[in-house]
Amino acid sequence: MNIHEYQAKQIFAKYGVPTPRGIVANTPAQAVANAHELGGNIWVVKAQIHAGGRGLGGGVKIAKSVTEVEELASEILHMQLVTHQTGPEGKTVNKVYIEEGADIQDELYLGIVLDRAREMPVIMASNEGGMEIEKVAENTPEKIIKVPVDPAIGFHSFHGRRLVFELGITDKNEQRKFIDFAKKLYNLYMENDAELIEINPLIKTKAGDFLALDGKMGFDDSALARHPDIEDMRDISEEDADEREASQYGLSYISLDGEIGCMVNGAGLAMGTMDTINYMGGTPANFLDVGGKANAETVAKGFEIILKNPKVKAIFVNIFGGIVRCDRIANGILEATKMVDVRVPIIVRLDGTNAPEAAEILKNAGINNVISATDLGDGAKKAVEAAAAQ
Amino acid sequence: MSILVNKDTKVIVQGFTGKEGTFHSEQCIAYGTNIVGGVTPNKGGQEHLGKPVFNTVQCAVNATDATVSMIFVPPVFVADAVMEAAEAGIKLAVIITEGAPVRDMQAAKAYAVKHGMMTIGPNCPGIITAEECKIGIMPGNIFKKGNVGLISKSGTLTYEGANQVCKEGFGISTAVGIGGDPIIGLSYKQLLPMFEADSETEAIVMIGEIGGDLEIQAAAYIKENITKPVVAFIAGQTAPAGKRMGHAGAIVSGGAGTAAEKMAALEAAGVKVVVSPAEIGKAVKEVLTK
Repeated sequence: MNIHEYQAKQIFAKYGVPTPRGIVANTPAQAVANAHELGGNIWVVKAQIHAGGRGLGGGVKIAKSVTEVEELASEILHMQLVTHQTGPEGKTVNKVYIEEGADIQDELYLGIVLDRAREMPVIMASNEGGMEIEKVAENTPEKIIKVPVDPAIGFHSFHGRRLVFELGITDKNEQRKFIDFAKKLYNLYMENDAELIEINPLIKTKAGDFLALDGKMGFDDSALARHPDIEDMRDISEEDADEREASQYGLSYISLDGEIGCMVNGAGLAMGTMDTINYMGGTPANFLDVGGKANAETVAKGFEIILKNPKVKAIFVNIFGGIVRCDRIANGILEATKMVDVRVPIIVRLDGTNAPEAAEILKNAGINNVISATDLGDGAKKAVEAAAAQ
Repeated sequence: MSILVNKDTKVIVQGFTGKEGTFHSEQCIAYGTNIVGGVTPNKGGQEHLGKPVFNTVQCAVNATDATVSMIFVPPVFVADAVMEAAEAGIKLAVIITEGAPVRDMQAAKAYAVKHGMMTIGPNCPGIITAEECKIGIMPGNIFKKGNVGLISKSGTLTYEGANQVCKEGFGISTAVGIGGDPIIGLSYKQLLPMFEADSETEAIVMIGEIGGDLEIQAAAYIKENITKPVVAFIAGQTAPAGKRMGHAGAIVSGGAGTAAEKMAALEAAGVKVVVSPAEIGKAVKEVLTK
């Protein structure tokens, strides 16, 4: 689960990680009130969406008067913000963050992610802040400093010294401040079961202070149950409505661009089914894992969600029954076709436990848009042909 | 021969008396697995499925000499269960549970390694030595005895692959579902040498997916050390970047962990890489009848 910048900064503040002062607003009037409350004579109006690159997309602007705060808030609120991470349709801005201006001397980058190869968190830092870090990593990987921290010992001074010396921070007072910043960030990463923290940019002010000018955080979904305060930060408007609906039925769904709907048990086989459709010359319309507890209701829900996509020209049901019995799935498909009007051909491949019984059930039911397949390759081929004939 | 487990392996079950633990333990016993007992706190002294129940793993190990534990406890208790098993001298923990927090697994795995305990999973179907010992949730009837070793991140692709191998007239020595979480126990790199050393295994199927670099590590290892033919499939060639495809670890992030790079690395290591899982059986036949 991801959260907004203003929420990440609330967590930063709780742990003493310094940030500029700011207040979130839902309306231009609130934005004005926030600017008055913050005081000063320069403010930044920042769109709150779960995507990077907001500045380049026109979602972050500087205001030099309260009137300008109001104008910019009106402009940014409810705009469809397009960045390199939102896709061409962009994302609707529902909130803006009004922040005091900061006097920037240097822009750095600081992040923490799980290093899967080392099986421990790694702190990443760079002097190339303010740019797309993926590009820095690709073009000049030597400019990203990586310091793994073993949670068995936690963050120690030597981790901090590696960071500051490799970044070239020479002033002792600044070294102390930066190490303290990184240590607090590491602690909040661990204590909140974060999956990712990125501060880009982390700025050094002319006074030699380090501030988190931005903040991005993602959390381990499996650990959210023990962090109700973070679960409360969930913004469902940021999530795909179909994916969310599917998850409520225990289905794992992701929509894609193609024409062949897929309903599969198991995440690996679901990806393998998409790959096979592609290999046979078709295009998958979605990823859908019905999980191990598929029944008539979940199969019907799966059909309903797949068919919401008008581009779907055929549906490939690919089940390898292990503990799940194929005859039950076959009955589930029959029930589901009564509950949902399936307007396209359904190619069904049921293999594994009780597959012959399942084939019999489907044959006897005599539904004219159900096409049986003998194996994965056969099913994918028939699905591609059926979609092409539509 | 086989790897890691066989008909003599003594197995206990942590989370023995729960719904999942009960159902799957029953299936394993029916398959022939030598389950010698189980652990459920406060149920010590009782009997379940005809086997003794113990309060702690230590009591179970002392009484039964079990060396392997199959773990079915709920996600937030997984780390505790794994560390308890390691402390009690278990040699291999097979963690079936899905949804264990990553931070917990990081600590639990580090502790297991320190105690010399191997782990498989979490979020996996388990391990099976065909017609001898099934420790997990896979449908046992698919796995006919034979000379192909199988390693897979995905449960259903394990079944798909094993089924095709058997339909081509071959069989499985041992199949290991290693799980698709960001931090897992035994991986390709540790299992490949076991299959290489196993006299029964003549070919190896490895099924991977997007995310992380375990398949890349495997490719480097195969190139230097593996003489037996390897067939590989990598799931997620058509998966969009930045999206988590069902498994917690199946995500292409920052352009890394793509199917294309893994397939290229494996091909360069001399592995027969198939583009669709539908081709696994045929490819195994090809490498074994060459």
